[in-house]
Amino acid sequence: MLSLKLAWRNLVGAGLRTWLNVIVLAFVLFMMIWHYGILDGWNYQANRDMQAWEVGNGQYWHQNYDPYDFFTLEESHSKIPEPLKKATSDGIVTPVLITQGSVYPDGRIQSMLLKGISPDQKVIAIPSAELNIESEEIPVVIGRRMAKNCKLQEGDVTTIRWRDVNRTFDAAEVKIAKVFNCNVPNVDAGQMYIHIEKLREMMQAPDEATMFIIREDFEMGEAVSGWEYKDYDFLMTEMNEMMKMKKVGGSFIYVILLLLAMLAIFDTQVLSIFRRQKEIGTYIAMGMTRRQVVSLFTVEGAMHAILAVIIGAIYGIPFLLWQMNLGFTMPAGTDDFGITIAETIFPIYGAGLILTTVLLVLIITTIVSYMPARKISKMNPTDAIKGKIQ
Amino acid sequence: MEQNSIVTISGLIKRFPIGKGHFTALNGIDLTFGKGQFAGVVGPSGSGKTTLLNIIGTLDSPTEGNANVLGQEVGKLSTKKAAVLRRQHMGFIFQTYNLLPVYTVFENVEFPLLLLNISRSERKKAVMDALDWVGIADKVKSRPAQLSGGECQRVAIARAMVKKPELVLADEPTANLDSENSHHILQTMENLNKDLQTTFIFATHDDKVIKYLKRKILLEDGKVTADDIITN
Repeated sequence: MLSLKLAWRNLVGAGLRTWLNVIVLAFVLFMMIWHYGILDGWNYQANRDMQAWEVGNGQYWHQNYDPYDFFTLEESHSKIPEPLKKATSDGIVTPVLITQGSVYPDGRIQSMLLKGISPDQKVIAIPSAELNIESEEIPVVIGRRMAKNCKLQEGDVTTIRWRDVNRTFDAAEVKIAKVFNCNVPNVDAGQMYIHIEKLREMMQAPDEATMFIIREDFEMGEAVSGWEYKDYDFLMTEMNEMMKMKKVGGSFIYVILLLLAMLAIFDTQVLSIFRRQKEIGTYIAMGMTRRQVVSLFTVEGAMHAILAVIIGAIYGIPFLLWQMNLGFTMPAGTDDFGITIAETIFPIYGAGLILTTVLLVLIITTIVSYMPARKISKMNPTDAIKGKIQ
Repeated sequence: MEQNSIVTISGLIKRFPIGKGHFTALNGIDLTFGKGQFAGVVGPSGSGKTTLLNIIGTLDSPTEGNANVLGQEVGKLSTKKAAVLRRQHMGFIFQTYNLLPVYTVFENVEFPLLLLNISRSERKKAVMDALDWVGIADKVKSRPAQLSGGECQRVAIARAMVKKPELVLADEPTANLDSENSHHILQTMENLNKDLQTTFIFATHDDKVIKYLKRKILLEDGKVTADDIITN
């Protein structure tokens, strides 16, 4: 308590030197929380979007299906297995049939994945109900990125080409029934959604599917012969790994910023102990033990962090709350990066994030303050009183 | 130890290492200081005055011999016990005042009371009394940089006296002061010595101080060469 009281007096008395350190440290603290809040918000939204639009609560893949190898598509579909028939008819899972195809917008050729999906499905957020419209051409829905790449709009008619199970090429006219907006590039870029029954007919693959997507609110996972169960965590692995990398990358910047702030505090401590030897000697003459003096100087240093937390909170909390509500609008073109990212990210500042960051800064500052202060315990008080450099 | 004596020194030797050899700063000192004395150790520079004061003040320890201060053997005191002894029973006045630069006059004088865990109201009263004694109560909010040398030394005296210690050690307290300020400060200390029965031990070679002493101990080359009681 005494150390706190004296340290406070000394810091306030030191004036500008104290406040410069405190402001730098408060800035670092604020930036760390802000940055990690953005990443956590991004991660949360990306997880939510991917679950809603793509992965559901897990999937069953045909045993030959490899999303990274399009050449496997021809061999990776088969009849709906018996154990999944009831779940399919109950709407708990939705089958998806996938094949390779090409689209010819304005005479250009562009490769794509043609995905057959049930118009009645409620498992993922693709607006598949639009596939039910009456039209001379086959109705299809595409995402914003696909529409942009192919320069297609709702109502446009274009030609697509595909191969059936006998590897025979065929072509038809399709009509863009809907262009949907989605933050998940995996369900948008280079993909076209078509009524699954139509695609089965086109491919001559009746009652077949490449994968099944499980509804968010259902747990499945029982083994189905010829099909591999992929749980939610597995399907989110890539996204989670990427977020980890982002955090690590961001951490480097903040480690450097934190080091700079710590260097300033270390420098201040070393300078204090060098310049305030007479003061140290006086403390000892007046009856402070050396341990009390070391503690006083350590608390003085550590108090920079406490003040930084207070200063950071004064301007940080209103700003962070404001941004939590308003969100952080990503720069134009970010959605072309090919990663799942919302147009506006709403940061998440959890108690864990804030406490961890504050504790980290407090502990590091205390250690950095203690290191030079240890020198005091080796000082000769009679020389210190006279201000002799030791 | 004599009755009423608060410092008893016998056969005190203090050597400082220099290179491979050593320098003997104090060489066989035998002294006793009684309660309420206004005594001074005088002598030329390098005679060992400050070293003697440092040992009495438990800031240093003897190489040989004994120094008993307020019933404690200095050579056997741990640094923690020595700190407690200084905190509770001793006051220090330095040539360069050694005020804490970022503290106000009030906070400087209050400091020894903070170490003694005295309540806020008692601290306030004691500090204002001490500042009244030295005639500087109107400068409570000033910082040392805003004071003259004489004022700074008065604050230092108030700081040394605020806890009403049994022993005050003053090392060249007037060396940086002009004649008028020196006399004022010495009169203040003399009055406090009379009123509170505090023992004052000075280390000085300043004639202005010597005039006020009731006991003058002459130290030359680390040895006591004269010890006179001045009766007028």
